[in-house]
Amino acid sequence: MRLPAAGSLAVWCVAWELIGRAGLSTIVPPFSRVVTSGLAALATEKFAGAVLVSLRAFALGMALALLAGIPAGVLMARVRGAGRVLGVWVNVFVSAPVSALVPILMAVIGIGEPTVVVTVVLFAVFVIALDTEVGVRQADRSLVEMARAFGARPHQVYTKVLVWSALPEILAGVRLGAIRGVKGVVIGQLLVAIIGVGELFELYSKHFLMEEFWALVIVVFLFAFAVSEAIAALERRVEYYARAR
Amino acid sequence: MTPEAAVEVRGVGKTWETGVEALRDVTVALPRGRLTTLLGPSGCGKTTLLKIIGGLVRPTAGEVRVAGRTVEGPGPERAFVFQDFALLPWATVLRNVAFGLELRGVPREAREAIARGRIAEVGLAGFEASYPHQLSGGMRQRVGLARALAVEADIILMDEPFSSVDEQTRRQFQEDLLVLLRDRGKTVIFVTHSIEEAVYLSDRVVLLSPRPGSVARVLHPAIERERRSADEIRRDKNYLDAVDEIWQILKQYVR
Repeated sequence: MRLPAAGSLAVWCVAWELIGRAGLSTIVPPFSRVVTSGLAALATEKFAGAVLVSLRAFALGMALALLAGIPAGVLMARVRGAGRVLGVWVNVFVSAPVSALVPILMAVIGIGEPTVVVTVVLFAVFVIALDTEVGVRQADRSLVEMARAFGARPHQVYTKVLVWSALPEILAGVRLGAIRGVKGVVIGQLLVAIIGVGELFELYSKHFLMEEFWALVIVVFLFAFAVSEAIAALERRVEYYARAR
Repeated sequence: MTPEAAVEVRGVGKTWETGVEALRDVTVALPRGRLTTLLGPSGCGKTTLLKIIGGLVRPTAGEVRVAGRTVEGPGPERAFVFQDFALLPWATVLRNVAFGLELRGVPREAREAIARGRIAEVGLAGFEASYPHQLSGGMRQRVGLARALAVEADIILMDEPFSSVDEQTRRQFQEDLLVLLRDRGKTVIFVTHSIEEAVYLSDRVVLLSPRPGSVARVLHPAIERERRSADEIRRDKNYLDAVDEIWQILKQYVR
């Protein structure tokens, strides 16, 4: 039997509610209570402040990751030396568990927002660079030749052809980067533990506020999902030519 | 009397980095205001020669002179029509046709006005807002032709422009091309592997030998095209003789 997505979610919520009411575990409060205390917690200043701090770190980190990742990817695709030198590191870091570096970042940069921003950058930048490189490499060579034939100057080949041609891959990289970026914010703040959503997580779990804890988990999950879907919607807008290339 | 040459190819040779010699000592003058085809078997380097004339590929020997100056790269007096159309898939027909002007920094209104005119001339009025993937192969190549006409180049270089369109479209397109080029005084250099297409379209056929390509023969099919239908031209004695003459030469190269 196939259930539509909303139906499937409803079934899960009901199951959660039942398990919670059965009192099997103190870690799992009933879903309805998670929602009510979640809504109450959402309204508090502390929660709003934490979300704001986290969003700012995410936005800043993503902006830096885009500014560094896309040019790096283009460079890796177009300049042979850069491809060799950067390629190794990007490939190592894209698969490395970057969270292991956060304690070192804390030691170097200090315990605070900059560390979280750098964590977001480290989580997001490599996949963006890698996908950009793939996109630019796959760019139709005859389009580049056409642009040259019609007198394009070197920078115009990039701004008018290569970047557009690679846009579907770049957006895919940005989407994956953003998903990783959300992880970066949470992990960074959890390890730093005194700011933003990480502080809340720490607070709730330490004081065993399971209803608020789960409410926060749901909010963070929904945020990551919403960001990913928003970029996926952009991707669908360029899909028509990704196929036509 | 020989007409003045728009393009002079002098001793051009091309050896690729892989060691393959594509062209050897090609010397030919291409007359101004005429349509010249470069014809030859597959792999004879005719597209390479066209790209050298276009400034997209550098020769390893000799030089190409356009209007008395050595070609160092692409230039505004030469426009290209590509075999695979090379249209920007993310841009509308209008923007694609105006692309050459966009690269030159012509303001949007001016370049779009010119582009609309060319789009109408190639028979695509009403498709300005369409995207390339919404058009048939023949229509896409009309966009490619309109783009080349929009930059007002004296010389139009066409690389097997009709090879990816079906036969009916191809014939219609050939007729339209002759109409479009008549009275414009453009110098057209046209690469094809079709003997019929070469003879039907051109004032002069440059026949290239197999790799390494060099000029095997230059023919001047003297076909009267004024006020005659395509079918009449295709039954013309000179047309048939030229086709046969070229076939006799090419036949030796096939196999």
